[in-house]
Amino acid sequence: MQTKRMTLPGGWLPYALLAPQVIVTLIFFIWPAGQAFYQALLREDPFGLSRTFVGLDNFARLFNDPLYLNSMSVTAVFAIGTTLLSMSMALLMAMAVNRLIRSRHAYTTLLVWPYAVAPAIAGVLWWFIFHPSIGILPYMLDMLGYRWNHRTSGTDAMLLVIFAAAWKQIAYNFLFFLAGLQSIPQSLIEAAAIDGASPFKRFWSIVFPLLAPTTFFLMVVNVVYAMFDTFGVIHATTQGGPAQATNILVYKVYADGFVGMNLGSSAAQSVVLMAIVVALTVVQFRFIERRVNY
Amino acid sequence: MVEHRPVGNLLTHVLLMLGVAMVLLPVYVAIIASTQGPGELMRGGLPLLPGGHALENYRLMWQSGLSSSSAPAAGKMLWNSLIMALAITVGKLAISLLSAFAIVYFRFRFRLFFFWLIFITLMLPVEVRIIPTFRVVADLGMLNSFAGLSIPLIASATATFLFRQFFMTVPEEMLEAARVDGAGPMKFFRDILLPLSITNIAALFVIMFIYGWNQYLWPLLITTDPEYYTIVMGIQTMINSEGYVPWHLVMAAVVMATLPPVLVVLFMQRLFVKGLTETEK
Repeated sequence: MQTKRMTLPGGWLPYALLAPQVIVTLIFFIWPAGQAFYQALLREDPFGLSRTFVGLDNFARLFNDPLYLNSMSVTAVFAIGTTLLSMSMALLMAMAVNRLIRSRHAYTTLLVWPYAVAPAIAGVLWWFIFHPSIGILPYMLDMLGYRWNHRTSGTDAMLLVIFAAAWKQIAYNFLFFLAGLQSIPQSLIEAAAIDGASPFKRFWSIVFPLLAPTTFFLMVVNVVYAMFDTFGVIHATTQGGPAQATNILVYKVYADGFVGMNLGSSAAQSVVLMAIVVALTVVQFRFIERRVNY
Repeated sequence: MVEHRPVGNLLTHVLLMLGVAMVLLPVYVAIIASTQGPGELMRGGLPLLPGGHALENYRLMWQSGLSSSSAPAAGKMLWNSLIMALAITVGKLAISLLSAFAIVYFRFRFRLFFFWLIFITLMLPVEVRIIPTFRVVADLGMLNSFAGLSIPLIASATATFLFRQFFMTVPEEMLEAARVDGAGPMKFFRDILLPLSITNIAALFVIMFIYGWNQYLWPLLITTDPEYYTIVMGIQTMINSEGYVPWHLVMAAVVMATLPPVLVVLFMQRLFVKGLTETEK
């Protein structure tokens, strides 16, 4: 790894400069992660009185547990739904804003602020407007003949958390799509227009391929967001229910460990999640490298 | 734009206005609801215009909070959120600046090892190692304290990388000139590197402040004493209580919880966009 050509005289100073970061990392990141690995191999009773070494038994149980497999597919539906909804809305908005010149800034301002809303708050906001007895959207849906109830219907609950999670993430995707669109040379689009390509064709054969790196990057970021940053959305609203319909993996780790006190299983779930984060991070970094050379 | 298409432009505006309306809808509804009197929401069909109870709802929540939930007054929780967000932000910036400085400007044993150690934190979000981290904090006696709320969250690979990238672009001559003039390492850091980094620091400040303010799982785990509840996690205790939920008051708290970070984004939009696109994470 590079440094400067000329460096400062070392001694103890660089270690002292790194110390705060390294100490915090060791105590609050590395040590707990190691504990998770260790506990994943143990079985402990809820009171911590006895522990036995069980090897990979916790993992074997986990992958044979219908509730965990359910949680995996729920997470997949949630992550894909959130990513697709949020990215397609953001792309649509970014394309529209990119057509405009004078009002571009005003629209951008109006579209980016939800980034600042906490996921848990986003969940509460959508929970409220979809509230079966006092929300305004169920009131309208009722006129269309649909009885919305996210307390009893798993589908409704899933849609609710997807809306809340996607709503918050539109701002982020929008900013990256807009930056991506603005970096496409206008001359390419003009050349295609002179050759008689319709706006639709121009989008599919020029804009969309050139936007592919941004799209891939955002896909990874959105999946990471949906899988790991949406704990608040679930906890503040559905709490994994009804009947496990929105019990995503990060919520299940918490619920099994804190509420259910099943420490071995929760630790094994942590290890699985870490493996997923590592895989996604590797994809993301490889991808960023490629993006530079695109 | 390639061709002049008046109809297309009109459609663009219509589309954008629909989009903006959709984005604004939940917050608009929250603001309207927070101005209604008790019981007005229960009549079915939310009013579309503000009611006349805004001042009393906000004052009630600010001063005393909901009696039916364990959460304290919103004023108190907002204060806790502010302290936590600022402590996380300042802490992250300080330790990231120092470690990036060490990694870029010094050559020492285990430099690469430390770099990777910091890098690994990217892969271990709190969400995936909840219980062991909780235990560490509990063993250190940091439950129900501002130290416990902020210190475990201040390690930041993202900020360290960003500053590392930036320091690499600082011309070599800066250091040479400083050394010729006899400046020591810390003087160089304080008088040359810090002033040069000020825009980057400001951009990251905006992002980190939002990150800190919006923490949810962490305060949920380590605060059992309502004295330390933050507003973002406190609101959930108001709606998960059994029975009647006074939504008009809850929405007043929601608006108060959302306002500070949203104002930061609106007033520092340029820095916010810079911070977001440069950290890429």
